[in-house]
Amino acid sequence: MVPLSWYLLLAAALFSVGLYGVLARKNAIAILMGIELMLNAVNVNLVAFWRYRTPELIAGQAFAVIVFATAAAEVAVGLALIISIYRRRNTVVAEDIDLLKF
Amino acid sequence: MTSQQFIFIILAAITLGSAVMVVTARNLVHAALWLIAALFGVACLFVALDAGFLAVAQVIIYIGAISILIIFAIMLTRGVGQGTSTQTNANWGWGALLAVVFFGGLVWLLSLWSGFTTQKPEIGRAFDPLRQLGQALVSPNAYVIPFEVASVLLLAALIGAIIVAWDRRLK
Repeated sequence: MVPLSWYLLLAAALFSVGLYGVLARKNAIAILMGIELMLNAVNVNLVAFWRYRTPELIAGQAFAVIVFATAAAEVAVGLALIISIYRRRNTVVAEDIDLLKF
Repeated sequence: MTSQQFIFIILAAITLGSAVMVVTARNLVHAALWLIAALFGVACLFVALDAGFLAVAQVIIYIGAISILIIFAIMLTRGVGQGTSTQTNANWGWGALLAVVFFGGLVWLLSLWSGFTTQKPEIGRAFDPLRQLGQALVSPNAYVIPFEVASVLLLAALIGAIIVAWDRRLK
């Protein structure tokens, strides 16, 4: 049988890969993809904890459903911002978008 | 090694390998396609965890909607930051170091926890997770208010996205 630790280690690794993508990538869309990976790692953790610790309470799956909705909202607004910035400044490189830099 | 462990290792290898390709691929369209593979691996993990509804929702929402949205955004912003020598910024080494340290810290913290190697408890034949989830999402005693708030949030975010991406020069 697969113990809980395997799922937790996989989710931690997936989250770390997403974190590297967010920190290291230049392109704003690639940064959004890293965020998607991190949200998926969180969902794996929520469902694994639900299945292994409290299968009689459905809270873990309900939380995961709400994370789905939030991820969809986040990616819609994020991509709209990126497209708007691309129209005005002709770039999607995160380093070049420095209008608010002090 | 049982068949379940074998299947888990294959799924984990597909998911993690695709995730690494997402953050390292030079061509952004390839990165988006690898992202679809990683999301599909996570959907298969949901099936292994007896969460069938979430697996279907993962395929419909993430692979069907979010990935397509990302590919559209990549095509609309074509030619920026592609074909250049590198796709990573100057601080990618610090980012990699931070990710490795974060992973090590998580593993260390989890290994201290007594429930780390819990085995999967049996679900009774009478217990139906799908029915339970459906009732929990519409029951006033459970999660109907968070669920409705999430739907209003999604609606507001989509209206906001249309307004933000509106091209005023077209008028």
